[in-house]
Amino acid sequence: MPKPKVAFYWCASCGGCEEAVVDLAEDILGVVEAVDIVFWPCAMDFKKADVEAMPDQSITATLLNGAIRTTEQEEMARLLRRKSQFLIAYGACAHLGGIPGLANQFSREQVLRYVYEESPSTVNETRQRPQVKFAEHGREVSLPQLHHVVRALDQVVDVDYYVPGCPPTPALTKAAVSALLENRLPPKGSVIAPDTALCEECPRKATKPTNLAFTEFKRPHQVLMDPDTCFLAQGVVCMGPGTRSGCAAACTVGGMPCTGCFGPTSRVRDQGLKMLSSLCANVAPKEEGDINKVLAGIPDPVGTFYRYGLAKSLLRRKVNLPVN
Amino acid sequence: MANATQSPLPNSTWKPRIVAFFCNWCTYTAADLAGVSRMKHFSNVRIIRLMCSGRVDPQFVLEALAKGADAVLIGGCHPNDCHYVEGNYKCLRRYQMLKRMIADMGIEPERLRLEWISAAEGEKLKRVVNEMVETITKLGPLGLPQKFEQWDREMEEFANHVAARDAAAGGGCAEHGTNTQPLETAHA
Repeated sequence: MPKPKVAFYWCASCGGCEEAVVDLAEDILGVVEAVDIVFWPCAMDFKKADVEAMPDQSITATLLNGAIRTTEQEEMARLLRRKSQFLIAYGACAHLGGIPGLANQFSREQVLRYVYEESPSTVNETRQRPQVKFAEHGREVSLPQLHHVVRALDQVVDVDYYVPGCPPTPALTKAAVSALLENRLPPKGSVIAPDTALCEECPRKATKPTNLAFTEFKRPHQVLMDPDTCFLAQGVVCMGPGTRSGCAAACTVGGMPCTGCFGPTSRVRDQGLKMLSSLCANVAPKEEGDINKVLAGIPDPVGTFYRYGLAKSLLRRKVNLPVN
Repeated sequence: MANATQSPLPNSTWKPRIVAFFCNWCTYTAADLAGVSRMKHFSNVRIIRLMCSGRVDPQFVLEALAKGADAVLIGGCHPNDCHYVEGNYKCLRRYQMLKRMIADMGIEPERLRLEWISAAEGEKLKRVVNEMVETITKLGPLGLPQKFEQWDREMEEFANHVAARDAAAGGGCAEHGTNTQPLETAHA
């Protein structure tokens, strides 16, 4: 029997997800044994034309990480969708838009102006910007166009499964790959992680008060945090109650609060709003002015509650930005 | 065409659509009172009765806006009067942060309003609804469904471009040809 064919691809992301595949360590040998890797630009020499030459649906599964930000990424996502039986959104960016999704607070012009003209480390006296088309010596070269909107993978193509995390842990990756190889597949559209909140597996859970009452919010750098007590009990914003478990509480075990990279559980549509709801309802004061004093401890609600989920939120993007 | 949908101007056919979440014990009863007292107010408000203003999940508010509402009004019992003791305070706290959040997301904060209206305040309900309809009429439509459609037009345009390019290349990829030789020279 021929081995199942697997492809990996990288769109708008930091590269951490590619590392996460390699983080399987010696377990990757078992994977390589069991499958044929037919496309993995980060690690092996394949070209787009090789994928185009494959018959449709001939790749068993493609693990695609990264958000869809450029026309090139969109084209590759569509191509790989066509060539694959299963398309798996791998990591927070493909799943939710991820950190690149935060760019949905700015217009394309703002992003380009900052990066090519205004950022403190930029030296660009002639204010050159990358052009989509450029001709020299009678030859025209082209670059992908930046889309106005950053999208999660399922906002561009149909997605079969999601492996969450920034990056997904080796255990989750292994679970997803073996589910695939052993044909133990969950229903289409599943996120391959437990459907419970992070608190369920957090060792600090025992110290989470039944009744929280925030009198101030402190950011991690402003306070010496107790290593065993629930972050919320210490007045530190922790996204745990609004975030799916499955990471073995890597951050809270490591001394930092959860920032929400696994996205919401299946019953929640908008992770950021649900977390806003839970956190703010438990503010102690009852008067508007005092409430706002406490809430001022969260200076950037979009960046806090939508650290990874802005592109998949109900609004998706700052609504008054132009698209041309 | 694109500009016309980007900032839909209030025209003669547009009227504000306001979704109102009223608590069962106070504000909904006030709306009932306004009704049986035959008070007249603008009819642009679609009322949804909840047991408590504390039941208003911020997801309800943004989903209403995302699905085409121009504004959301929340009505609850006055402080200390909540049937469930604390629900209206929870609502107030969420509302304070939600207002900041929608402002950061480019929505005028006036499109979200929270009012305490007791069961006896039919008159106040009428005033609040009328004021809100006037405010939103001045602000104009929010038009999020149209905006979402407009945002996604870039994908449609690009898909058409790719289809046209591939058709021109006779099914293959126009820029790269079908063998790897021109591909490598093109990227050299």
